[in-house]
Amino acid sequence: MSTTKEKYKKVAYYPGCALEGTGHSYNRSTKAVGKALGLDLVEVKNWNCCGAMEVKNIDPKIQTYLSSRVMSTAANEMDMDVVMAPCNGCYHNLKKAEYDLKNDEESVEVVDRLSKKAGHKTYEAGQVETIHALDWIKDSIGEEGLKARVKNSLEGIKVANYYGCMYTRPRHIFPEKDQGPGSESTSKPHFMDDLLAAAGAENVDFPLKTACCGGAHTLSDSDMSTKLVLNILRAAKMSGAEVIATECPTCHSGLEMHQIRAEKNFGEKVDIKILYFTQLLGIALGLKQKKVGVHENVSD
Amino acid sequence: MRTLAELETVFDTPPSDDVAAVAEDLLRASEEVLEHWIVARGDTPTQDTREGFLLLALHRQGTKGDPSFNACRETAREVAYHYNLVTMQPGHSDITNRLQLMGLVSKHLYLFIAGKLQVAGLGEFCCSSKPIRTTQDYETTTPKEA
Repeated sequence: MSTTKEKYKKVAYYPGCALEGTGHSYNRSTKAVGKALGLDLVEVKNWNCCGAMEVKNIDPKIQTYLSSRVMSTAANEMDMDVVMAPCNGCYHNLKKAEYDLKNDEESVEVVDRLSKKAGHKTYEAGQVETIHALDWIKDSIGEEGLKARVKNSLEGIKVANYYGCMYTRPRHIFPEKDQGPGSESTSKPHFMDDLLAAAGAENVDFPLKTACCGGAHTLSDSDMSTKLVLNILRAAKMSGAEVIATECPTCHSGLEMHQIRAEKNFGEKVDIKILYFTQLLGIALGLKQKKVGVHENVSD
Repeated sequence: MRTLAELETVFDTPPSDDVAAVAEDLLRASEEVLEHWIVARGDTPTQDTREGFLLLALHRQGTKGDPSFNACRETAREVAYHYNLVTMQPGHSDITNRLQLMGLVSKHLYLFIAGKLQVAGLGEFCCSSKPIRTTQDYETTTPKEA
């Protein structure tokens, strides 16, 4: 049986819609970091939307089906046993679908019916393991492996690690978390802190690391989103951070765009850079800023 | 219980010299925010405490049922943590910063809960739009429970 470390060296890569749009630099930097670390990403063939928030809000079982199709393709058409999703929304939805298919007969029935209608094999719970980009690097390379590969230490850079809301919530869909030493925590996540510390960064004590960024309401209630983001930016700044590291494309674009909106609409400028953790790791691994898409960020 | 509009001013009040009193105000205002949510859901706010905090008991009460505000677990705990930090070491050299951070964390709790109550109503909460889910009938949905 292969170890987790070996298993994660070649994974099915599910970028999701955001990484082909507003989160393009996350896509670019994830691929670049994977290559630099000798990790193999095989993109899921003909992947579809995970159901995101919009579909889930209208009919959660259609979201379960859409996410299951991605996992079915990886398992049944690509013979992969691990799917890596760097987007928090996709990661959350695939984990939720996995949970539903393990625990809810009605979900199993609906997914089977829609899969047959669509003409592909029905995904069965347990066929693949869904992981986040943080798990992927943390468990395949680890802090020591990363330290050995750092060419350009992040020493002197003060970072607030912002995980957002979907990486740890709700707890029950992440059975591998909160399992003691070495596992990720849902109340105080630390995988991003661990990786960036290994790359030399100084992590600040940031109290809003899993707080809501208002991403779901960025269009329907923009002022509320701006106020939530402004609060996060202020807290990061007050904690001593120069950079906020993110691992969610929705949070990332929200923090960037509402930083500008806060200045325009509320007259408050909080000058703080927002970078994907993969961009910071890429720089630490000696990759050029352009290679990890720093120029695509608004706050670069 | 103060109105939501009155509560917002508490979070925006500049810190005074009496740090313990400010921390107390922020904690009480955070509790009232959670009480608003619980009342809007048709329940009576608990007067119990958990780990010495009414705030944490209110949070626990609010996580039961649907819609819940379980997503505020860490924020509520950070408010309690900063309250302890401020009141147990009022003379700390970093006290102003600690108090301001408590204010920001408390305000986040307020924005997250009160904002949704004001703008979208109780059911339209965070990423789970319950009213839409329970009123629409799509191909996969089963007959609704009475």
